[in-house]
Amino acid sequence: MTSPIAWRLATIAGIRDETPSVKSFGLAIPDWPGHRPGQHVDLRLTAADGYSVERSYSIASEPERAGIVDLTVERIEDGEVSTFLHDVVEIGDRIELRGPIGGYFVWDAAASGPLYLVAGGSGIVPLMAMLRHRARAAVDGRARTGLLFSSRHAEEIIYRAELDGLATAGDGLTVWHTLTRLRPEGWAGYDRRIDERMLAETLEPVGIEARAFICGPTALVETAANALVRLGLPPDRVRTERFGPGGT
Amino acid sequence: MADRFVTRGFTGRRDRAGGTADAARRTPPGQYLTTDFPVLSAGPTPRTPLDRWTFTIEGLVREPVTWSWEAFRALPARDWIVDISCVTKWTKLDMRWRGVSVDTLLEGVELGDRAAFVIAWSDGDYTTNLPLSDVLNGQAFVAWEYDGRRLSPEHGGPARLVVPARYFWKSAKWIRGLRIADRDEPGFWESLGYHNRGDQWLEERYGGD
Repeated sequence: MTSPIAWRLATIAGIRDETPSVKSFGLAIPDWPGHRPGQHVDLRLTAADGYSVERSYSIASEPERAGIVDLTVERIEDGEVSTFLHDVVEIGDRIELRGPIGGYFVWDAAASGPLYLVAGGSGIVPLMAMLRHRARAAVDGRARTGLLFSSRHAEEIIYRAELDGLATAGDGLTVWHTLTRLRPEGWAGYDRRIDERMLAETLEPVGIEARAFICGPTALVETAANALVRLGLPPDRVRTERFGPGGT
Repeated sequence: MADRFVTRGFTGRRDRAGGTADAARRTPPGQYLTTDFPVLSAGPTPRTPLDRWTFTIEGLVREPVTWSWEAFRALPARDWIVDISCVTKWTKLDMRWRGVSVDTLLEGVELGDRAAFVIAWSDGDYTTNLPLSDVLNGQAFVAWEYDGRRLSPEHGGPARLVVPARYFWKSAKWIRGLRIADRDEPGFWESLGYHNRGDQWLEERYGGD
């Protein structure tokens, strides 16, 4: 008999602005059993009268980081939980959560071979856990890794500086950005929604042997997953995680 | 029972529960109401042309039966208006489908004496397991229309199983058949940490819940 995934009381140990609408929350979780990159947790908020809500959030941090689990949360204007996390939560507050959850959309550095990631907006979060894990695990630089990351505006690129740093570490990671709304002067990246040509161009240097993980809004995930299968990736090497407009 | 933990500063937005007592009563614990129809799946959307699509009932049956798309669509269908809850926390009320009940499908075969479980299998190698008792007597159907339109591939078309009394992963998209078995056999998500039964009113989300 499997034992239940216990609810735990996490303490907010840090809050960081990632973009104007995205924050990361560092959580100190007693007896955290550890997680795999790509997994998520369930949060539960409870009001004084017993009214309570739950939401799932992807873990952003790598398993190697001891003691703290990072969640990165986009503020959804009419959201009930994300607005609370952004507007009310302070360092030292306690939040109920349980996890880690999910056993399919996960990647460990032990899985050798190239890795190809496609993200839209806050869909980067579980993929960031994989990239941070990859950096810490010091994988063989010949195992190429690519990230194709779609954002609307340059100032909405989550983890931009950290991704720049990871991409210049010389361990085989290439990051491609595309901006779908406004481009700053001199923008050198892609300038349109992700399409099959963009996927083909960015998959090519990573290689068709790659494992692919795609996370983002449904339309992006559908486009990317279908295109990667047409480009020759077997469907069982294309793993997806989606969020719809009502996701949070 | 221990005192419930109260989250500092959280009051909640009760309007999210639809505003009515009826909507609140129909929302299982830990769920929130949505008016969208979110898409969730683990991999690429499979696309099987209808002229190659079949639906098969096999396993512990005297004679397996296979329908073509045309024959399947000719089975006695009805409209179903049901509430759906996904383990990712959304609940959508009054979803209108058209399809054929699993009872009707099983009239096409003679079940073996030890038949007790069904394993629904789909294009893309997805599977999910259910006790027969969870899919009989109007509790489950195979739908090909949603909200008056052909079911789109993203939502499981050409046809998907719908089991409203269980979390939505039990409602296998892209279904191609049912295998009848005498013993339980965890399906795709059931093997990856999700609950074997998945009753949303008991909040059976993950193994051990």
